[in-house]
Amino acid sequence: MRFLATIGRGTISIFVTIGQIVVFAAIGLYHCVRPPFYPRLILQQMIEIGYYSLPVVGLTAIFTGAVLALQSFSGFGFAGEATIANVVVWGITRELGPVLAGLMVAGRVGAAMAAEIGTMRVTEQIDALTTLSTNPYKYLVAPRLIAAIAMLPLLVLVADVIGVLGGFLVSVYDFGFNPTTYLKSTWDSLDSTGFVSGLVKAAVFGFLVALMGTYHGYHSKGGAQGVGQATTNAVVSASILLLLFNFIITAVFFAS
Amino acid sequence: MNAPGDAPKISVRDLHKAFGSNAVLRGVDLDLPAGHSLAVIGGSGTGKSVLIKSIIGLLEPDSGSIQIDGEETLGMSPGERERVTRKFGMLFQGAALFDSLPVWENVAFGLIQSQGMRRREARQAALEAMNMVGLDSDIADRSPAELSGGMQKRAGLARAIATRPEILFFDEPTTGLDPIMGSVIDSLIAKSVRELGATALTITHDMASARRIADTIAMIYEGRIVWHGPVSEIDHSGNDMVDQFINGRSIGPIQLQVAV
Repeated sequence: MRFLATIGRGTISIFVTIGQIVVFAAIGLYHCVRPPFYPRLILQQMIEIGYYSLPVVGLTAIFTGAVLALQSFSGFGFAGEATIANVVVWGITRELGPVLAGLMVAGRVGAAMAAEIGTMRVTEQIDALTTLSTNPYKYLVAPRLIAAIAMLPLLVLVADVIGVLGGFLVSVYDFGFNPTTYLKSTWDSLDSTGFVSGLVKAAVFGFLVALMGTYHGYHSKGGAQGVGQATTNAVVSASILLLLFNFIITAVFFAS
Repeated sequence: MNAPGDAPKISVRDLHKAFGSNAVLRGVDLDLPAGHSLAVIGGSGTGKSVLIKSIIGLLEPDSGSIQIDGEETLGMSPGERERVTRKFGMLFQGAALFDSLPVWENVAFGLIQSQGMRRREARQAALEAMNMVGLDSDIADRSPAELSGGMQKRAGLARAIATRPEILFFDEPTTGLDPIMGSVIDSLIAKSVRELGATALTITHDMASARRIADTIAMIYEGRIVWHGPVSEIDHSGNDMVDQFINGRSIGPIQLQVAV
């Protein structure tokens, strides 16, 4: 009986947490579309999420594109020039661009959000916001959600270009493929559905990363240890949700 | 000051709040007339912080009543709550200054965000508030992390009074300060409350501070107000718990769980 009670408590706890996250997300989104807005904070977050994530996302993308080309070449050889371009474009724009950019941003930005908001929570700065008639959801959560949803697609767009460039560099300078032919194959391989699905994924991943970062930071407690735990939880939960939603969105776009 | 028959500025009735099985507030009754300064004293874990957070709206009590200017605040919508909160100013125990903003923007925060004041005017108003608490305008552009504990408390006080609130709350204002700086902060609090004509509620376990700041003192023990009276009467309260607390005696009706 005790074993069953433990399972029951665990199950209830999971559903309670899911419910809390859904309510938090609903309140956060509600404040994203209701004035007053904080354009200065949104811009600040856009720079933090978009501009400062460019180096890590760009490096990840160029090496991933290069590796995709190398692996494809080991399978298709010199006969597979068009196929390699196709694999690189599809792999980067549909899956690896959004997923890797999302994971990088989760590690860099999601953790920072949880740490910053978590510290504000344990040092009573969030309580201070309330006493100053400022809604913490509006001031802390909404600008991060808006900025992440807007910036992740742009980051993925850049990652797509750089990733394809990585494949191009390896194919042309290592395998000796004709650059014009390779670029033509790349262009021919681009499909709007795959490209758009990548950008939709990016927007959803941006929302998830910001949601997990703000949620875990907002609910952190217990001082430095609590903030550390919130940071870990933000990155882990964002990464898992990101992979789960990657599957769901892929199924929606390509199942038929 | 409110005229006879007016509703108290703050009225708390039969307030209960528990965290799981731990009942922290067990029926608090408290009235605070307009323009008065009340200090709630009590040991750690007696419910002081929970009481002040419940009145401000940071915690949702389980039952009871909290009225501000005769208006029931429990069960208010967020919009109504925000309207009531505009009457408040609060100095937090650790000052709770926003790390990401310079000192002047911390002080001007309420003016910019809730009153919609333009930044240039708000900066001027912030400098005036800083001047009121003895902070030099040279530190206006510094980060809060660059200030000493005493200066952070002053900046927190400047932020609390900048919007000229009707009600001021002080959470352990002298904790972590040396006795001289504590006395300075108390004087500034008393001066600010007097100049604004505000109603003030302070929670503290520092008796010297309570005597300097307050007109009346209430003692909370095990989630209830066990004594409430003028500062001048606290030394002759006739209440054993108050006597034990203000004299700092380990022997008496208040039993602390101390592991040796």
